[in-house]
Amino acid sequence: MSAQAAATAVATKISPVTFKSDYKPIWCPGCGDYSVLSSVTKAFAILELEPHQIAVVSGIGCSSRIPAYTSCYGYHGIHGRALAAGTGLKVARPDLTVLVAGGDGDGYSIGGNHFMHACRRNVDMTYVVMDNHVYGMTKGQPSPTTEPDWNSKLSPGGTGLRVFHPLVVALAAGANFIGRAFSGDPNGTAEILAQAIRTPGFSFVEILSPCVTFRPEQREWKNVVRPSPVEATDDPVRATRRLLTDDGFNIGVLFKGDRAPYAPPMGKARKTAAELEEGFAL
Amino acid sequence: MAAVRSSSAGPGGSKGGGATAKRGVTAAPSAPRKAGAKAAKAATSATSAKSAGATAATGKKKSFSLVIAGSGGAGVMTAGTMLLEAAARSGLYGLMVRSSGPQIRGGEAAALIRVAQHPIENMDDRFDCLIAVDWMNLQRFADEIPLDANSVVVGDPNEGEWPEAFALSGARFVPMPFKATAKSIPGAWPNMIALGLAAGLLGVPSKIVDEVIAGSLKKGGDTLEASRKAAAAGREVGAGAGVGLDGTRKGDGTGRWLITGNEAAGYGAIRGGVRFVAAYPITPATELLEWMAPALSEVGGVLLQAEDELASINMAIGASYGGVASLTATSGPGLALMTEALSLSVTSEIPVVVVDVMRGGPSTGIPAKSEQSDISIATSGLHGDAPRLVIAPNSVADCLAATQWAVHLAESLQTPAIVLSDQFFGQTRAVIDRPEDLAFKPGRAIATAHAEGYRRYADTPSGVSPMAIPGTPGVAYTADGLEHTERGIPSSQAADHARQLAKRERKLALADYGDRWADIEGDADLVVVTLGSATGPVREAIARASEQGVAARLVSVRLLAPARPEVFAGALAGARKVLVVEQNHSAQFHRYLRSVYDLPGEVRSYCHPGPLPIRPAEVLRVITEWSQE
Repeated sequence: MSAQAAATAVATKISPVTFKSDYKPIWCPGCGDYSVLSSVTKAFAILELEPHQIAVVSGIGCSSRIPAYTSCYGYHGIHGRALAAGTGLKVARPDLTVLVAGGDGDGYSIGGNHFMHACRRNVDMTYVVMDNHVYGMTKGQPSPTTEPDWNSKLSPGGTGLRVFHPLVVALAAGANFIGRAFSGDPNGTAEILAQAIRTPGFSFVEILSPCVTFRPEQREWKNVVRPSPVEATDDPVRATRRLLTDDGFNIGVLFKGDRAPYAPPMGKARKTAAELEEGFAL
Repeated sequence: MAAVRSSSAGPGGSKGGGATAKRGVTAAPSAPRKAGAKAAKAATSATSAKSAGATAATGKKKSFSLVIAGSGGAGVMTAGTMLLEAAARSGLYGLMVRSSGPQIRGGEAAALIRVAQHPIENMDDRFDCLIAVDWMNLQRFADEIPLDANSVVVGDPNEGEWPEAFALSGARFVPMPFKATAKSIPGAWPNMIALGLAAGLLGVPSKIVDEVIAGSLKKGGDTLEASRKAAAAGREVGAGAGVGLDGTRKGDGTGRWLITGNEAAGYGAIRGGVRFVAAYPITPATELLEWMAPALSEVGGVLLQAEDELASINMAIGASYGGVASLTATSGPGLALMTEALSLSVTSEIPVVVVDVMRGGPSTGIPAKSEQSDISIATSGLHGDAPRLVIAPNSVADCLAATQWAVHLAESLQTPAIVLSDQFFGQTRAVIDRPEDLAFKPGRAIATAHAEGYRRYADTPSGVSPMAIPGTPGVAYTADGLEHTERGIPSSQAADHARQLAKRERKLALADYGDRWADIEGDADLVVVTLGSATGPVREAIARASEQGVAARLVSVRLLAPARPEVFAGALAGARKVLVVEQNHSAQFHRYLRSVYDLPGEVRSYCHPGPLPIRPAEVLRVITEWSQE
C-alpha cells in the first residue's frame, strides 16, 4: 500500500463494513455464502476500492442474491447470463471493477456456454462461483457438480452423469487466473479474491460454499480442505496435470497466466456521428 | 397465397367460415394450396398486363424495372450495384433488391432494380426487362420476376433455350451473345456487358458508367479498359432494345445518398447515441452489424461479437446499465432467444434496442427472403405484463429515422424498444434524399451524485425515475429483475408489484410521441392501415386508385406499441371501410390491431406471406373492388 493510498484509506475509513448494505440476506442459517460475502467485502477493502467504483453482477440462485447485500452497484439479472451482462458492462465501462458472482447451476449449467466464452474472451473481470453441488433455491436438485449417485426427487437414484470440472474447463478455455477457495476460511478467501481482482484479464475463483440445508454432509468439507501443496504456476500444462489429478479440495491460486485482457478501446472517437454520412453521399 | 378476409366476426374466426374469398383475388384459404396459388398467380399476371398496358397507352414511363440475373460468380450483384450508382449519378432515384437461391454462395442470383425520376420505396408489379447473363436455374426466380407481353428478355442465344416459365409470359426476346462478346474483348466479363446494356435502357450516359467502373475496380489499366469496352458493347444492344426510361433528369444526384436499410438502421442508432453493440451473426441482419463494427470504432464505441443471442442481449443490457446506449440486431430466431432478457429490461428499467430484420418464418424458415411475420412476437411475445416499444420503419430511409427515434424513446423511457425492419429494407440499396439530422431531446434521466433519499424505482408522476450510473458516488443501487420496492429491494408484496407495474405502464402511456407515431395521408372514408415494407406498395396503390377516381386514406403505423386508443381513433375518424394490409400468412397485424383498438366500420384484412412482396396492383384491385361494393 502506498503512503498516499494508506492516507486515503484512513481518511475515508474504508473497511469491509463499508461494502456491506443494510439489507438482510435470505440465506439459511449456516450457509457458506455468508462467509463469501464477508470475504468479498474484505477483498474490496484490501484493494482500497470505493463502493461506487465496483459493480457486482449476478444471475439467479441463492448465491446470486449477493449484489444487493453489498453497498456497491449491483445487477441481479436473469438465470445463467451474469457473465454476459458483466462482459457488456466491463467492455462499455472499463473504469469499473466488475465482480460477477453466482452458483454452480447458474454458471456451469444454464450459463455453461457463457462460462467457456468468458474464459476465452479474457475481459478484465473476476468470476466467483459459490459451488455447493446443488440447486438450493429450487430446493434440492442436482447441478453439474453433483455426484452422479446423489438421490433427489427430480433425478431419483442420481443423474448418472459425470461431474463437471470447472477449473479444468476454465483452463482449457483460456481463463487467465484460476483459484479455489473455501468459505470456511474467509481471510484466505479474501486474499485469493484480492489477487484475482488485481490480476488483469478473466479471473475465475471457485469457492466451496456448503449448502447445509440440502447437502448437510458438506459440513465435513472443513475437515478435508487443505492449502495447495504447490505454488501457483503460469504453465498451463503443469496446471492441467495438477487440476486433473487433485481431489477438488486443494485451496489456493492454482494458475496465473499473463495473457493480455480483451479491452477494445471505448470512448476514443476519431470522427463525429455526423461525419459518418460521408460514406453514403453520392 | 393472398387472402382478403372479411372480419366483422373477428380476425380469429375459423379458417373456413370466418374467411371470405373475394372475386378475382384468390381461392378461400381452405382451398387446396396448389390451386389457390395458381389462381393468385393468374390473377396477378392478368392485372399486371392491364396496368402495364395502361402505362404504355399514356406514353409515360413513370418508372423502369429490370433484373440482372445469372449464376453465382457471374457478378450480377456487382453489376446491379454499379448500375444503381450510375443511375443515381445521372439524377435518377431507384432501389435494388438482392435475391438469391437457397445456397449460401455459388447459387443463382438476381439484382432486382427499379428506377424513376422520383423517390422509389418499393418494387413494381412487373418487370420491363430481364437481363439474363446465363440461364442457370433462372426458372427458380419465375415467381419473383413477373413478366408480360410488354416485357423484354435479353439473353444469350448461344446458351440454349430461355426457360419456359419466362417464355410463357409473351415477353419479347432480344439476343445478346454474352459469352462470345466477352470472349472477343480480352479481360472482359459478361456482367459488365449487362451493366452497359442496362445503362443503355435507362439512358445513363456512358461517361458516368465509365466513372463508376473506374471507381469500383481496384486495378486500372487493361481490366478497366476491357470493362469499359464490354459496357459499350452492351449499351448498343440496350439502346436498341425498344424499351426504356425517358431521358429527363433532375440534378446529378448531389445531396442524395445511396444506402441500405441495414446501414440506415445502424447509422440511425449511432446518431441516436448508441455506442455499444453486442450481436450474433444472422441473415439478414448481419450486414447491419458489419456496417456498425468499423463505424462504432470511428465514433468511440464498440461492437462485440457474442457467443449467441442470449449473450448478445444480456451484454447489451449490461453495457446499458453502465450508462452507454446499447443495441443488438437480429432476426426472428434470435429475437425469440432474446425475449427473456427483454422482460428483464422492462422490469429493471434498463433501456436496450433490438433491431429485428424480419425474414420468412417460423423456425429457420426462409432466411434470405422478406416477411412481416414477427409482429406477434414483438408486440406480445414477452412474459409477464411487459410494456415495450415496437417501432416499424416504413421505408429504407425511415430505417434511419425510426431507429434513431427508437433509441431516443428507449433511453428516455428506460425500456426496451424493438425495431421491426425486414429483409426487404435491410438488404435493399436505395437512392434517397439526404435525411435531416434529427436531434431528439432529452435522453436518459440520470441521478446526481449523493442525491438525497435516492430511490431508483421511485413512483413518479411520469413513471420515469432517474437512473444512477455506476461510478456515481452516493446513489449505488441494485438493478433487479425481481419485483422490487421503490428503492430496488426485492419484494413479493402485492402493493409493490401493483405500483411498479403501473409505473412501467404509465411511463410509456404518458410519453409524447408527437406525429411520428404514424404516416397519415388523405382523409377518405376508405382507410388502408399498414406498416413497414407494405407501406410503399400501398401508397403506390392509393396513388393509382386516385388516378382512377377512387380515394383512399393511408395510415402507416410506425409506433405499434404501446397502443394508444384515442390517438388511433383520431387517425381513423370517419372511416367506413378499413383495410389492413400486411405480408404474412395469419394477419398478425390485423389481429394485433383488433386486440388493442376498436376499429370503426367494416374491417377487412389483405395479407399473404413472403417471399413475394405485396405488390401495388394487388392492393389497388382490393381497394377499387371494395369501393364499388
